[in-house]
Amino acid sequence: MTISPRDAKWREELRQSLSAKQRTSIPRAKMPELPADYRVTCNHEVNQGLSTEMAVLEATRCLDCPDPQCVTGCPVSINIPGFIKNIERREFPAAAAVLKETSALPAVCGRVCPQERQCESKCIYNKMKKPPVAIGYLERFAADTENMRDQLPDEVMVVTRNGKKVAVAGSGPAGLSFAGAMAKRGYKVTVFEALHEIGGVLKYGIPEFRLPNSVVDIEIEGLERQGVEMVKDCIIGKTLSYDKLLEMGFDGLFVASGAGLPRFMGIPGESLVNIMSSNEYLTRINLMHAGTPGYATPVPKVDRVAVIGGGNTAMDSVRTARRMGASQVMLVYRRSEEEMPARLEEVKHAKEEGVEFMTLHNPVEYLGDEKGRVRAMRVQRMELGEPDESGRRSPVPVPGAIDEIEVDLVIVSVGVSPNPLIPSAIDGLDVTRRGTIEVNDDMQSSIPLIYAGGDIVRGGATVILAMGDGRRAAEAMDRMLSQK
Amino acid sequence: MNKIVKKEHFSANVVKLIVEAPLIAASRRPGNFVIVIDNDHGERIPLTIADADPLKGTITLVVQAIGDSTRAICEMEPGQYLHDVVGPLGRPTHIENYGTVVCCGGGVGVAPLLPIIKAMKEAGNRVISVLAARTKELIILEKQVSEYSDEVVIMTDDGSYGNKGLVTQGVESVIEREPVNLVVTIGPAVMMKFVALTTLKHNVPTMCSLNTIMVDGTGMCGACRVTVDGHMRFVCIDGPEFDAHKVDFDEMMLRLKSYN
Repeated sequence: MTISPRDAKWREELRQSLSAKQRTSIPRAKMPELPADYRVTCNHEVNQGLSTEMAVLEATRCLDCPDPQCVTGCPVSINIPGFIKNIERREFPAAAAVLKETSALPAVCGRVCPQERQCESKCIYNKMKKPPVAIGYLERFAADTENMRDQLPDEVMVVTRNGKKVAVAGSGPAGLSFAGAMAKRGYKVTVFEALHEIGGVLKYGIPEFRLPNSVVDIEIEGLERQGVEMVKDCIIGKTLSYDKLLEMGFDGLFVASGAGLPRFMGIPGESLVNIMSSNEYLTRINLMHAGTPGYATPVPKVDRVAVIGGGNTAMDSVRTARRMGASQVMLVYRRSEEEMPARLEEVKHAKEEGVEFMTLHNPVEYLGDEKGRVRAMRVQRMELGEPDESGRRSPVPVPGAIDEIEVDLVIVSVGVSPNPLIPSAIDGLDVTRRGTIEVNDDMQSSIPLIYAGGDIVRGGATVILAMGDGRRAAEAMDRMLSQK
Repeated sequence: MNKIVKKEHFSANVVKLIVEAPLIAASRRPGNFVIVIDNDHGERIPLTIADADPLKGTITLVVQAIGDSTRAICEMEPGQYLHDVVGPLGRPTHIENYGTVVCCGGGVGVAPLLPIIKAMKEAGNRVISVLAARTKELIILEKQVSEYSDEVVIMTDDGSYGNKGLVTQGVESVIEREPVNLVVTIGPAVMMKFVALTTLKHNVPTMCSLNTIMVDGTGMCGACRVTVDGHMRFVCIDGPEFDAHKVDFDEMMLRLKSYN
């Protein structure tokens, strides 16, 4: 079933209402954002969202292509022109309904997806050498407008329960996406979360100024309204074993336990006090509210912070450090800015917020004071050599070019390994050499009733890829359980 | 939310709490710990499970008031609720019949040692327990320990009870007296460090249980990392038990003071 198909009469009329020339002459919307000097003083969301008029105008840019390539760039294949054209004709609830068809968390994706590498990179506008339609901004607009509606959508699908129940380990993007997709299919879904908050990386990892918790909570409440049960403080494989789940009558398990173990670089001095992983730093501040008066969890209050790495988590860490009052925040990355995996927008925001970018630098040693606290880092200057297997030019040290830089806190953000809790707790679950759960194309593991997705399978990816996994696993598990 | 059903004072700042946690009570094994949050503004702190009653659905925690959160927990009364209790975490103790096992606990470390003493005894070991504290009032769980021990050696710094002297002297006297196959030590880091040095001298395999700073306790944050045999290890998922002869206790002690 497709809602708002391209051959609907209203869409044909809408397409003909303006010429392509008229549409393409409209400039791309600029996201309204808080000024940098203000936003480093608080945790308010930086991007303020498009106004209705801005959104309708931006939606008008979309040419409603006969063969929309943007959809192929989306890991969950959202019917992008379908929702955008509903914005253009101001049918905002219909736009949200199109999003909800394939995405459990549109308000989240509209904020954190790397659209410039996905949907927007495939937009026809790129071929015309013009900036693509701001699909991400529009997704956020449609989802937020829906979430701010006074009354609950009355079309909340009343599904007939099929009498089967499934368990989910982990309440991050993969788990929630799976839960939503299975609830729609009539399953009774229970999501088990190890932490004391539902949301996984959306809560402990991504900061408030990029993804407010209230936005995540609205999406979670939506799932609860669909009958999904959320259980906190419960670790599958520890609190409840897989056998116990079967005993409790669950027909299947989806493991979405996420990224675990932070990686460190293994250089001298890395165990000094005030050197920590970005996972630890962000969890203290985002999940435990360290630094907010009245909360018990501590976090170092310091002046000079260095964050090692160039991904989105590194950007979240530098920007968080600025908001925690650090006067000098350095991002130390061994390649050049061109190779940075972080989203362009995060890089731009970090620079506006006064973060110093030390690209082509790599820490080689940390030096401590008499109390065992880090006081300086020795960084090796790098230059770009030949492209490596990833296609990126690999950095090589410049002989003798080592600087010593004073620093009070180092946040290591060089990636994570999969969480070992579940793989080590379930006998017979095949695990790769990297520690990720092995799955087939259906996201099914070596134990037929266990499916897995997200970072526990990928090792470290994005919110939307995790959600895509959740959706795929739901389709496949539903197929399997329906045959039984 | 987990209800406190019973509370007992072991000493001025050490309390025993019996807490409702049926799923954990059913699945925990000796050596496991839980993460506890006292209230909705609280921090996540690791506490070893001292005992459990799967039938009543309760676990026993022994808490020493050393920081703000532990102090708050020690002041809670039966009928009140801990905001969150999650577990059981960590690898359980490897229990087998080694022969003679010396179980040596300092201060509040005796609490997590008790289930290990019990399990070692049930596995057929000759168990000699060495309990140590600064002074008589701080010796806890002596009765329960002696129930599962072939012999209990008490050491106090001031000689107010048992033998006057350090825990290491107690352990060494046993090792010099009879063949010992394994030493298990739980207590303050500095105590475990010196126990390890003592047993290394006598070449007796020694296992310690580490209690480091943790945030999530599930392998995510890395706050609990320690150096064991030159490699980085995470106490929450690789531990909490390690070969005491290979742990870098000096580094661990510095890291424990991260927020002092």
